[in-house]
Amino acid sequence: MQTVKMVVTGPFSAGKTEFIQSVSEIDVVSTERKISNAAERTVKESTTVAMDFGRITVDEDLVLYLFGTPGQKRFDFMWEILSEGMLGFIVMVDSTRPETFREARSILETFRAYAPTPYVVAANKQDREEAWDLEDMRHALRLDSKVKFLPCVATDKATVKSVLLELLYSILAEMESGG
Amino acid sequence: MALRGNLRDFTITQLLNLVNLAQKTGTLVVDGPSEQAYISFREGKLAYARVGQEDGSLATVLHKANKLTVKQYRAIVERAGRITDKELGLLLINAGYLSQEEILLNLQGYFTEIIRRLFTWVEGFFRFEGEMLPPDDRINVRLDLENIIIEGARQLREWEQLQDEIPSLEMALKFTDRPLKNVSLSVEEWRVVSYINPKNTMKQIAQTNKMNDLEVRRIVYGLLQAGLVEIIRPEGMVIPMSPKTFPTQNKEEQKSLVNRLIGRIRSL
Repeated sequence: MQTVKMVVTGPFSAGKTEFIQSVSEIDVVSTERKISNAAERTVKESTTVAMDFGRITVDEDLVLYLFGTPGQKRFDFMWEILSEGMLGFIVMVDSTRPETFREARSILETFRAYAPTPYVVAANKQDREEAWDLEDMRHALRLDSKVKFLPCVATDKATVKSVLLELLYSILAEMESGG
Repeated sequence: MALRGNLRDFTITQLLNLVNLAQKTGTLVVDGPSEQAYISFREGKLAYARVGQEDGSLATVLHKANKLTVKQYRAIVERAGRITDKELGLLLINAGYLSQEEILLNLQGYFTEIIRRLFTWVEGFFRFEGEMLPPDDRINVRLDLENIIIEGARQLREWEQLQDEIPSLEMALKFTDRPLKNVSLSVEEWRVVSYINPKNTMKQIAQTNKMNDLEVRRIVYGLLQAGLVEIIRPEGMVIPMSPKTFPTQNKEEQKSLVNRLIGRIRSL
């Protein structure tokens, strides 16, 4: 059985767990502990402190693993470990929380420095009224026009598929260009 | 959906950068600690600014800049009645007191000073109103934002923030398509600019210029915010693909594997 890996990263509560859950054939493995930081407690009730892990079986010979990085900054030591050997990565950004954009940018730059693999950026929660427009987010995140920046609703399988496919197309394009 | 948020999470410098890059037209309304500010833009350039209840009339601006004496100022205020700034400007130009360029320069200076004050506002709600245009009865200017942004970025001192913005100095820089003309940089900033080359990492640029990590980050951050440079992987830097990425080293098999993944995701 061959395995390949993709990483889903992004700031705390950007929607990484929901993203993986939407397409994983197994329930996303996560370990829950009481939130220790008061600020985080106001955002959601529980959070993963280990990696999120999902799986998509391609066929009898091939399995795709989806790893979600821990959302809190204090677990950033995990990022380098998770990024090793990945096909590519997805950076999730919560479109309704501009206070997380700077952190998202920092995470993106960190992963870019780790590995030369293709990536896409997903603007999650685009179905919410308070979501920022994609074009404004692109400028706020300082994304080059060549970077794929995709609308996403992490609980909607169709948009999650679309994000995964765009990343795979980028991986294929880089292989075909000799990268 | 209007841009809105809190200065705690999104600084004035970042907002100006967004307006600049997106070439926005409209007004940024900021609720500060004790007063409100209105900064108007046309196609990404500063057009007008007002803060609180300050009288930003042309007469007041010129008087503050010592271009009008107290006597002249009082005369204008008392006798000119409801004259608009544009009418006053024409009067002053026709009377030979000031040139059009002088009037615009003084207004630009006044508006820029207002923005400098906003850099000290670290808390407060902001919203961008695309429908709100500069007032008709005031003279608008057309001022590029890059220099104001660089100045705002210079004020950013916190080490942690800079590290968040530029986590790795092992990356390189390249110029964007925005031209470097009419940009005022300090001597230190020009030193960094002169070494920008996809082959030079920021670490190397810092070492060559005898700068520490904080200093080079501060300078690069300003250039990034103004949209003059972007971070790239250094040319010639080879990060070997991890052998764990694919279960096979054969290129054709790797492509086939990716195509299988694509087929499977489509079928979900």
